Amino acid sequence: MYVALKGGEQAIDNAHAWLAEERRGDPSVPALSATQIAGQLGLAVDRVMAEGALHDRELAALAIRQARGDLIEAIFLVRAYRTTLPRFGTAQPVDTAAMALQRRVSATFKDIPGGQILGPTFDYTHRLLDFAAAADPSPAPRAAEPLPAAMPRVLDLMGAEGLIETPPAAAGDAVADLTREPLDFPAGRDLRLQALARGDEGFLLALGYSTQRGYGSTHPFAGEIRIGTVAVEFVPPELGFAVALGDIDLTECEMVNQFKGSAMAPPQFTRGYGLVFGHGERKAMAMALVDRALRAAELGETVKGPAQDVEFVLSHCDNVQATGFVEHLKLPHYVDFQSELELVRRLRRAAAATLAAEREAAE
Amino acid sequence: MTGADYNFAYLDEQTKRMIRRAILKAVAIPGYQVPFAAREMPLPYGWGTGGIQVTAAVIGPDDVLKVIDQGADDTTNAVSIRRFFRRMAGVATTEHTAEATIIQTRHRIPETPLAAGQILVYQVPIPEPLRWLEPRDTETRRMHALRDYGAMQVNLYEDIARHGAIAKSYDYPVLVNGHYIMSPSPIPKFDNPKMDRSPALQLFGAGRERRIYAVPPHTPVRSLDFDDYPFTVQRWDECCALCGATDSFLDEMIMDDRGSRLFICSDSDYCRGRQGAGEAAE
Amino acid sequence: MTASFPAGLAPGFADPALAAQVSFRAALTALSEPGCLVALGHGLAPPPPPLGPAAAALALTLLDHDTPLWLSPALRPAAAYLRFHCGCPPAAGPEAARFAVVTAAELPPLAVFAAGSDDYPDHSATVIVDVAGLRAGGPLVLSGPGIADRATLAADGLPADFLACWAANRGRFPRGVDLLLTCGPLLCGLPRTTLVGG
Repeated sequence: MYVALKGGEQAIDNAHAWLAEERRGDPSVPALSATQIAGQLGLAVDRVMAEGALHDRELAALAIRQARGDLIEAIFLVRAYRTTLPRFGTAQPVDTAAMALQRRVSATFKDIPGGQILGPTFDYTHRLLDFAAAADPSPAPRAAEPLPAAMPRVLDLMGAEGLIETPPAAAGDAVADLTREPLDFPAGRDLRLQALARGDEGFLLALGYSTQRGYGSTHPFAGEIRIGTVAVEFVPPELGFAVALGDIDLTECEMVNQFKGSAMAPPQFTRGYGLVFGHGERKAMAMALVDRALRAAELGETVKGPAQDVEFVLSHCDNVQATGFVEHLKLPHYVDFQSELELVRRLRRAAAATLAAEREAAE
Repeated sequence: MTGADYNFAYLDEQTKRMIRRAILKAVAIPGYQVPFAAREMPLPYGWGTGGIQVTAAVIGPDDVLKVIDQGADDTTNAVSIRRFFRRMAGVATTEHTAEATIIQTRHRIPETPLAAGQILVYQVPIPEPLRWLEPRDTETRRMHALRDYGAMQVNLYEDIARHGAIAKSYDYPVLVNGHYIMSPSPIPKFDNPKMDRSPALQLFGAGRERRIYAVPPHTPVRSLDFDDYPFTVQRWDECCALCGATDSFLDEMIMDDRGSRLFICSDSDYCRGRQGAGEAAE
Repeated sequence: MTASFPAGLAPGFADPALAAQVSFRAALTALSEPGCLVALGHGLAPPPPPLGPAAAALALTLLDHDTPLWLSPALRPAAAYLRFHCGCPPAAGPEAARFAVVTAAELPPLAVFAAGSDDYPDHSATVIVDVAGLRAGGPLVLSGPGIADRATLAADGLPADFLACWAANRGRFPRGVDLLLTCGPLLCGLPRTTLVGG
């Protein structure tokens, strides 16, 4: 009987127990530790840190295990934990020019000070399933690669020549925070970047791709992608000087986009910016494309693609919100559906009566 | 997880202050949607996070909480939310409408008339009544500011032209205290008249959309209509198969593959109360 | 609270979470049922005079670093207490305040406070007015949302032109300020929707 759906506490308890059993899987196979996940499924952990907006590898790994590998569910777990954490203040802006780099590539110059460093990338792997690795996943040792100490950002080098716009943000400005203030439109670039950094990788990827196919073209070049580790510093008001809080892993992408100029100002390239926790190159690149697209109004471009529409992008880029609302459709809606049934039946009766009356009149 | 690891009613005090300030402004401006910085809750967006945040900001240890979904206390999401508050606030819960000081609801207003001092907290998915006419918040905000509600009237009138009636059976828009058009949340229009001049305080929380709004007690709430097409509520030819009620909202159940139907009260407490009264009288 | 407690400052709520909840419910009742008198601040150590227990409890419940506060001159002795317990920044003037605590005698014209905009009428001040006396059944006749028929109220010490000021405040709905009238432990709300006749 349909009433069985009104399961109550027992049904929920049973579902939770069953879920725990499925999560564990075959008990004769050793359980995964969060440390194994953090170490060996690092990019999954990075995505959960980035979209969960909390830089903590162990917690992200724990969330992935608890979520049975469902990354959006893991992101949700991390977000719900993050929201309970107290805020002590705002860190100093991190200096990505001072990052300890693992990877750094530029598509705009053949060589750059510090050189191009491929780092641990999938880029030139042939996507052939490695059956040998299934038997023995231990890799061969790699040649040590000494990294130069100074690796200036490529776009800073262009900026020195005035070829690219200077980022407008001034140090010391209050930074918007959509987790503490209600999101409101029009949204400033700080708020947009925050939303994009937390936004769903797949959504941003599709939007970025759409700009490349003409839905709001920005003519991008990957000026620089850098992945590495950088120190986070905080100035406690009672001390008045910066203290290091720790290191975070970051991926930064700076896109160089179509130039702008006017009678007043000589032509200059424009920027799109992407920054995410961990190693998230696809996300950082997509974010940089979408950031640039969202600057359409500011740069006097006609808004014609969805990626250029601030309200559309910011209202729909959060996967925790999106998954909640899409999935809420599985909650019972039978009261509203009953209302619709009653209405449709009544309208059909009325229509039939009208038709019959018309027929009678015609005869 | 136990409630002891968290602040009373889960939310931290700073968050509660922010929500409480929003609630007070909502009460002062009936029907206006106050933006608030909704927190990410441990339950999914779209599953009542707005209502949960409002309840968490309002509830105290002496409250008696009732939670319903589709009118019933035993639907799974209602059970889940009630459990959350039992754990996080240690409050007493009830299934009896009359015993509750706070009732959190999704999609229904109880059949038993609410009393002064009670607070009804609605879970709201889409707080903006103009959203189906205009998807942009920047635009709908202006429409409310200018009371530019012509498009809504046109929309309702188009229904009449097409169907001979206003084809909206739930989330039926209302005018609050003669000023703001408001979404009553997806309650069936059957429940709209209960909002009008209710002695209870009505609070609405939309978590994902970050809005709180309110209707104070005794406030006029009028369902939009036309002089020649007045607002009406749905009626059933059947009565409740369990308690015989003819005045309550009925859920329809398909009993077999030949399509036989059974109708029972959506409000489980109301239905049980009537069954009990019937037995007592026998 | 790990910060050292300044000497000579009265303590705040003994149990902040529970006391704030009780005070908030009192404020919620007051604003949703104008004319209804509620008591709050019970159990709160006496705040620095002339701040009364109801006004102090409201401040401890609703104010924090997000709410610039303006105090009328007579209430300035309570500034340190409120800043310590609430962390609220002082507003440069009444127009910059999200909240104000004033004595009835020093109530400025309501039009000086932020009234919000037609787009954001919630961006408006809430003014806690400490009056000389507050009781039901007085000369003021209230009607509007939250009131079944009509309510009566006596609030002593309000400026002579208060009724005209209030009518003007109500006339610009949805913009406007909201008042919380306090006297000792008593509170009565006057949201912008309330029609007040004398």
